[in-house]
Amino acid sequence: MSPEIPLPLEIHDLTVAYHKKPVLYGIDLEVPAGQLVGIVGPNGAGKSTLIKTIMGMIPPSSGWVKIFGKPYRKNAKRVGYVPQRESVDWDFPVNVMDVVLMGRFGHLGLLRRPGKKDKEIAMACLEKVNMAPYAQRQISNLSGGQQQRVFLARALAQESDLYFLDEPFAGVDAATESAIISILMELRERGKTLMVVHHDLTTAKEYFDMLLLLNMRKIDFGPTEDVYTYDKLQTTYGGRLTILSEVADTRQKQSDELPLEK
Amino acid sequence: MDFIPTFDLHTFITAPWSDGLSGSIWILVMGFLVNAACGLVGNFLILRRMALVGDAISHSLLPGIAVVFLISNSRSTGLMVTGALAAGLASVWLIEFIHKKTRVKQDAALGVTFTTFFAIGVILISVFADQVDLDLECVLYGEIGWIGFEDSWLVMGTEVPIPLLQMGVTFLVVLALVIVFYKELLVTSFDSGLATSLGIPASWIHYGLMMMLSLVIVFSFESVGAILVIAMLIMPGATGALLSDRLPHILTLSVIFGGFYSLAGIHLAEWLNCSIAGAMVVSGFGLFCLIWIASPRRGLLVLSLKRLKQRSSEVSVN
Repeated sequence: MSPEIPLPLEIHDLTVAYHKKPVLYGIDLEVPAGQLVGIVGPNGAGKSTLIKTIMGMIPPSSGWVKIFGKPYRKNAKRVGYVPQRESVDWDFPVNVMDVVLMGRFGHLGLLRRPGKKDKEIAMACLEKVNMAPYAQRQISNLSGGQQQRVFLARALAQESDLYFLDEPFAGVDAATESAIISILMELRERGKTLMVVHHDLTTAKEYFDMLLLLNMRKIDFGPTEDVYTYDKLQTTYGGRLTILSEVADTRQKQSDELPLEK
Repeated sequence: MDFIPTFDLHTFITAPWSDGLSGSIWILVMGFLVNAACGLVGNFLILRRMALVGDAISHSLLPGIAVVFLISNSRSTGLMVTGALAAGLASVWLIEFIHKKTRVKQDAALGVTFTTFFAIGVILISVFADQVDLDLECVLYGEIGWIGFEDSWLVMGTEVPIPLLQMGVTFLVVLALVIVFYKELLVTSFDSGLATSLGIPASWIHYGLMMMLSLVIVFSFESVGAILVIAMLIMPGATGALLSDRLPHILTLSVIFGGFYSLAGIHLAEWLNCSIAGAMVVSGFGLFCLIWIASPRRGLLVLSLKRLKQRSSEVSVN
């Protein structure tokens, strides 16, 4: 890559501590453009902390983050965010349209409210996630999958170049999961970069171009086929991986056996 | 029965307006301005699950006012507001500081902070009783009927009492700020993570809201006191949420409720010959209960009707 085009995301020696207890140690990362990246690691590995620190919600103890070559604040408009679904109060007195319009706030200056154009963009984003008929629906009357689609529509309305998604597949139905992943892949085809916190190792392999294995430190980062190895996953998950691999094995056996029975 | 005066509908309705009409009108307007300003700010406290921060700030203002009194020995509005704002922000800051630096949870930190501030205020007032001309009873309960309506300014040919002008300006400032910063208040209340990622400084909005809250409380102080002001902050928004689930509607309803509390409070106080501020809060709770029962969307009546229908349809199916 030519040096004139800055990387979407560059992190150097990032360390984060809560109450003086480090949760992330010396993370170095250079993410190239147009990649769908999975962030994988056990609970408490610091996956959410990493993306929150990148976006300036948690101050790092040391190190720096650059977004397209500049500090986060300078390029906040080029970043889209899908927080964990449980992080907000779904009884909040707003409807689906109000939530999606929040994605436009970064493009509006002080004193300006969303106009006709913003509403058209928000509506188009709702159509993309098949939620247009719900635009006027109060958000407390949505299922988990619908809530996640609304959050994705809001991120789409941000019209960003780099996206961070925190567990977008947690607790959603299969139809929503496949709808979300196809939208993410489409964004990647358009040259966007996406960083996705993900829990399910079996789908991680098929969904992502690149993987970041994280457990307080960066275990590895690279193309999925290089990183998704037994040894590296074992290092990331410690002893707990054995349970996961057993599950994977039995599932493999079952699918092997099925055709024989026929 | 002497405890409750006899209820006479005619005097109940007409008495406040028959003698001293202009006094009643000013009290009505003052009550409306206090309730509406408090209600607007209070809605955002409710949405941020900070309903009791209003409690904390209203109690924390006491030492601020007392210190200003001791130093300057005057009742000038500018100094009082400065002292109150400083005390309010200091208490907000101390709550966050205790919460962040220790394992103490936010609500416990709040409980520690505001009681201490209030106690310091009580000590200051009792130690320097001869120098501080502050009536504790008035600080606690307020009395909208005794406000200095004698001092007035001529505004467009009418003599308008100064406290009323101050409250009017406060209400307009709050209204303007809520309209201008609506989208920032909305997104930081709903999803502060998103707000930060968008580059909206969530902590500035937080402290801005706290300053607005201190301002509203300090001007409402004389009318309704440090304790009843909490009701004015929380009740309109809580009642509005029973009727609507769109924030702009709830905000509008809060302002309308402010007028109702004021009017109903004046009549109730006339009947019972009691504190108007207390009567306003009680009428507010009456309205809350009424809407809770009769709200067309989620009221108790509608819900039990639905349940009855469901049961009867189940029976008919069987």
